[in-house]
Amino acid sequence: MKFKVNGHEVFASTGGRPFDKKKPLIIFVHGSGLTHMTWVLQTRYFAFHGYNSLAVDLPGHGLSSGASLKSIEEMADWVSDVIDAVGHKEASLVGHSQGCLVTVECTSRYPNKIKTLSLMGGAGAIPMNPELLSLAENNDPKAVDLMMDWAHGPAGHFGGHPVPGLYHINTGTMLAKSRTIQNTLGVDFRACDNYKNGFEAAKTIKCPTLSILATDDKMCPVKEGKKLASLIDGSQVDIIDNCGHMMLLEEADRVLTVLKKFITTNYPPLSS
Amino acid sequence: MSDKKKELKPNTYKFDTLSLHAGYQPHKNAGSRQVPIYQTTSYLFDDVDHAAALFNLERGGHIYSRISNPTVGVLEERVASLEGGTAALATSSGMSAIFLTVMTLCEAGDHLVVSSQLYGGTVNLFRLTLPKFGIKCTFVKPRDTEGFKKAIQKNTKGIFGELVGNPGNEIMNMPEIAKIAHDAGIPLMVDATYQTPYLCKPFEHGADIVIHSLTKWMAGHGSSMAGILVEGGKFDWMQNDKFPTMTKPYEGYHGLSFAEEFGPTAFTMKARAEGMRDFGPCLSPQNAWNVLQGIETLSVRMKKHCSNAEEMVKYLSKHESVAWVSHPSVPDHPDHELAKKLLPNGRGSMIAFGIKGGKDAGVAFINNVKLASHLANVGDTRTLVIHPASGTHSQMDEATLKFAGLSHDMIRLSVGIEDIDDIKNDFEIGFRAARKPRLVSNQ
Repeated sequence: MKFKVNGHEVFASTGGRPFDKKKPLIIFVHGSGLTHMTWVLQTRYFAFHGYNSLAVDLPGHGLSSGASLKSIEEMADWVSDVIDAVGHKEASLVGHSQGCLVTVECTSRYPNKIKTLSLMGGAGAIPMNPELLSLAENNDPKAVDLMMDWAHGPAGHFGGHPVPGLYHINTGTMLAKSRTIQNTLGVDFRACDNYKNGFEAAKTIKCPTLSILATDDKMCPVKEGKKLASLIDGSQVDIIDNCGHMMLLEEADRVLTVLKKFITTNYPPLSS
Repeated sequence: MSDKKKELKPNTYKFDTLSLHAGYQPHKNAGSRQVPIYQTTSYLFDDVDHAAALFNLERGGHIYSRISNPTVGVLEERVASLEGGTAALATSSGMSAIFLTVMTLCEAGDHLVVSSQLYGGTVNLFRLTLPKFGIKCTFVKPRDTEGFKKAIQKNTKGIFGELVGNPGNEIMNMPEIAKIAHDAGIPLMVDATYQTPYLCKPFEHGADIVIHSLTKWMAGHGSSMAGILVEGGKFDWMQNDKFPTMTKPYEGYHGLSFAEEFGPTAFTMKARAEGMRDFGPCLSPQNAWNVLQGIETLSVRMKKHCSNAEEMVKYLSKHESVAWVSHPSVPDHPDHELAKKLLPNGRGSMIAFGIKGGKDAGVAFINNVKLASHLANVGDTRTLVIHPASGTHSQMDEATLKFAGLSHDMIRLSVGIEDIDDIKNDFEIGFRAARKPRLVSNQ
């Protein structure tokens, strides 16, 4: 569906079901340079099970218009604006990678609006490799190739996509190259590198929180994810073996099972 | 010790490694080093919720082997990885892959622009069968790049061609024709069976959908029929209103928009969800496994195919019984320079040549070679020969033969990987017979 936030058109996948204001809202926030499509193996399930599932394209990404937002703080405010724009008063947030920084900051800023927080491949800070940052800011496609290499675990490099016939790494590459690299990945990487408030924001979070981490995640290693989780009262942690940073594709079923249990328990669906 | 900073390089697997490993994780298959053959029609659901989730495309997995199968899935991922594509869908033959591609793209009332130099079966599909479904085609000679542009109509939904035409070895100027297609907001579909991804990756030259008959070089062993369509993932289905079945809510899946939900894999998802469900040209797991065995040695075989082909070109070019030789490696081939650009790893192993003495000489040659096999296939590890005018293209009338660039003296040669001297010696037997066709036929 499309709607406007701050005058710019926003695209969000509803998981193949019509948006229904009566249902509780879950917002999925993608990682650096990517789009709503990374969530396809999670969003559709919730859409068919009593939720409004909104996998957003951040401004300037995927099918959303406008320029990419330059800071994690701006993105956090934007997510709050999305909740308002679709006529809801509250939401459950799910973030991946950079999306974790955004949702942590958003939850800290708008504690009354955010009912649960789910973090995948998250950390309190994501400092960027300077060379990777430079490549992305200079529109070099090698930045995407490096990201796809580092983002997939050793097993993920062989493929084995849960959807028959799809090849992880090439699909991710196409998503990251679907818009101008320097305007998406470049801006996002700089925003991640600049963001320093993650650990402080985490300390203020009181809503139920889940962290899903992966043993072979090179981009946000388990120890970083655990460090963030330790700062959030009562945070649950689930660690997936033999999996890299792109856990929502590499181990989509495992992620969905854990996420489903957490969200349905803490933020129940509208019963049919 | 150098203090020079090490340059960052992606360490994703390269072609030869992907040929052996892509699409398969042993630890998820009881540690089986070889890809298991899942010889089953159907798959247990965990519960009713799981079943519904699979049918609604909420999660990945298998329901019924007409739609997908784990062994076939490995093959699909492997070919997608080798082509640089986002997704692939394997079918029971190359022809069914073409048919499924067209039926995923088009509806009754649509139009396609099609290269005239195609395998005879493909010509008949576009010329005679698709019009029965209300899909019309305009044929354009592959070298007539501007002709492709002129043939595009308001209802044109795509351009289709073989990268190297069968059997005349005419090469489409893929980058230019891709630009023409994209300027018109339509995809370019390329049958790259003759090249395999080892010789050419059409996505790097602008193609949007690549089709293979896996029966040929990809498998190599000539034991199994199989086809595949591969999606490049770059084509924007939402850029115009030409593809409503990709972009608008689809009644068959609860109002799903394939383009919105699946983006760079939308075409394959639709081809599987709709095409395999409704037409059902599924590949058997045994045949998928057989093709996988061939793909493991693809680069090794293609090098030998190409080196043998270049040797045969030299041999035939000098031979007293040969009137002409067509192969992109020949300097005076009209597409020699284009071939260097599009086929940097080798120009392929398909040779067309004219035998002196016309049709009778051709028949005598075919009937007398002993090592080369006379059959209706190409891309086997064994050397194959056929006389197209009386074989693969025999269902065409005289005018169509001429338009397809075929002559009665043409012999199509698919060079195998046998010892090159043995192939040449066998051809000498054929040529001797061709020079004295009556004498030999009376023996």
